[in-house]
Amino acid sequence: MQPIYMDNNATTACDPAVVAAMLPFFTEQFGNASSIHSFGSQVGKAIKEARIKVQSLLGAAHDSEIVFTSCGTESDSTAILSALKANPERRTVITTVVEHPAILTLCTYLEKENYIVHRLRVDRKGRIDLDEYKSLLNDRVAIVSAMWANNETGTLFPVEEMAEMAHEKGVLFHTDAVQAVGKVGIDLKNTKIDMLSLSGHKLHAPKGIGVLYVRRNTRFRPLLRGGHQERGRRAGTENSASIVGLGVACELAQHYMATENTHVKRLRDRLERGILARVRNAFISGDTLYRLPNTASIAFEYVEGEGILLLLNQQGIAASSGSACTSGSLEPSHVMRAMGIPYTAAHGTIRFSLSRYNTEAEVDRVIASVPPIIAQLRKLSPYWSGEGPVANPEQAFQPEYA
Amino acid sequence: MWDYSEKVREHFFNPRNSGPLENANGIGDFGSIKCGDALRLMLKVNPETEVIDDARFQTFGCGSAIASSSALTEIIKGKTLDEALQVSNQDIADYLDGLPPEKMHCSVMGREALQAAVANYRGEVWKDDHEDGDLVCKCFAIDAVMIEDTIRANSLRTLEEVANYTKAGGGCSACHEKIEDILIAVNGRLYANEPKPAKARTAAAEAPGKPKLTNYQRIRKIEETLEAIRPMLQRDHGDVTLVEVDGKKIYVDLTGACRGCAMEAATLGGVQQKLIEALGELVQVLPVAALARA
Repeated sequence: MQPIYMDNNATTACDPAVVAAMLPFFTEQFGNASSIHSFGSQVGKAIKEARIKVQSLLGAAHDSEIVFTSCGTESDSTAILSALKANPERRTVITTVVEHPAILTLCTYLEKENYIVHRLRVDRKGRIDLDEYKSLLNDRVAIVSAMWANNETGTLFPVEEMAEMAHEKGVLFHTDAVQAVGKVGIDLKNTKIDMLSLSGHKLHAPKGIGVLYVRRNTRFRPLLRGGHQERGRRAGTENSASIVGLGVACELAQHYMATENTHVKRLRDRLERGILARVRNAFISGDTLYRLPNTASIAFEYVEGEGILLLLNQQGIAASSGSACTSGSLEPSHVMRAMGIPYTAAHGTIRFSLSRYNTEAEVDRVIASVPPIIAQLRKLSPYWSGEGPVANPEQAFQPEYA
Repeated sequence: MWDYSEKVREHFFNPRNSGPLENANGIGDFGSIKCGDALRLMLKVNPETEVIDDARFQTFGCGSAIASSSALTEIIKGKTLDEALQVSNQDIADYLDGLPPEKMHCSVMGREALQAAVANYRGEVWKDDHEDGDLVCKCFAIDAVMIEDTIRANSLRTLEEVANYTKAGGGCSACHEKIEDILIAVNGRLYANEPKPAKARTAAAEAPGKPKLTNYQRIRKIEETLEAIRPMLQRDHGDVTLVEVDGKKIYVDLTGACRGCAMEAATLGGVQQKLIEALGELVQVLPVAALARA
């Protein structure tokens, strides 16, 4: 049985063309890009080409605005800490409650260092309130950081509009776009976005390579100091093989952008419709009108996500869950909680995230596999009886909690 | 994902005794808010013999919650209520060949549901006295409640002391920030490398007029103190017994998982600290191996 991979928001497979482009940089092209001899200069040239490919995908005005980092998390940390260092008189950060831990954990730490953090709340569909956002912008804010697309639900934030609003108040704007790049058209030169984070492994490049876009003229302080690499904005010998791989991946992403929004979107919609038609007490979470084309976040009421994933895995299907029990921590998904989704549904939320490699046959196999799995687990659930939930499920089963 | 044992996986994929139980005469509903998991345990108890003739469960929860529920019903069937109440959460975990540290609360949930179901059968009102804290130290599975209680009970001030008393933080160092947060929450500030005033060492040890313990009283006191420490060690499948008291030297035997554990020295240090406080005098706690050498 061929395994089916539908967890592309977690990570993606490297495209074979990416791997092929990288291989020479482990062998004959091993030089250090900083060296004067020909071993180094060849590598330097390849990095320059890759930088231009990233620039092109992001629609950046200059290739020098692309800074290679080790991952999305490093890009996020660099952006926020740079803004705070470069603007020491400003001690406030604005972000949202549904950001990735790369932002939220850093913000919690900043609060311990006596910075002020405002986290914008979201409504039941995961949307922020722009009026609340506007009311928080002032000259004490060092930076706003809002994700372009949510990793769990795919919901998009209007980051271009948010960046305009920040600029009117003279506030820097950063977006964590690791889920959006390659799926959403991005043209940074025509926006007011100052900094943007990208992660290679979300778009078929390898793990361990990221990018921070820094608009020309943005006040900046490096996170890593040392050599002159990346114009001193990120010291450390370049990860040349991965940078070359990322360049190819960005080129491919640009080429497949339309595919993501037609073919992949159609598969995603087919998957959602197929499952919802066959499973009762299930619904889509997030903003269905304004979201990534590849992400389906489906809440199955009265069952818990880990059980679903274990049974899916038994059938060779890989997905993920916003449930408490599958992540390293036991906290229920902060995204589901922020949207006010009840515990009994938040725990049973499964994310299927597709890619251009998925096929209709795979989608149909998943549609066939899911209903019996949900039925099997509901048979074990104290909230379920026969064909439906017990009457007044929240009252019928009220365990004492420790 | 989690590294579940074969037994856990097997009980999850093929749960025993699931579904409602007709004519149950003892029902316990219990949940763990940490994970949002919850379980209904249903017992059919023979009123003559108090033997559990049948047990079934319904669980809303993760793989290990379902496996723990299934294991619990298998363990208690055929036992009398009193026998069943002897089943600890560790027994449930052991039955499943262990659970990941983050998932131990699933076995606790089973044990609590059992108590609730027995109370329900006996017409008693059952109150949960168990508090589930956030797991802080993953190396040694120590939660926040345990750390906070130990800090309060012993007026601990530093990371090192917390590691000596609870083992938390004595492994990979990842939880040091969290432990410091707890120390700050309890003490109001962080003490940098200044151990708490050693009142046991000075004030109490040399307190004038304090009646001197007889040899018998002193050994009794040592035994009582060790007795109080043992549950903590047993949680980790270890144990400690008193072997010999030779003046200021107290020889103990660390057994079970404590033996050869990387934290053996720290454990002995913690035992020593407790004994110093209990006896009000300076003593040295040594492993039984040292007795052979002595």
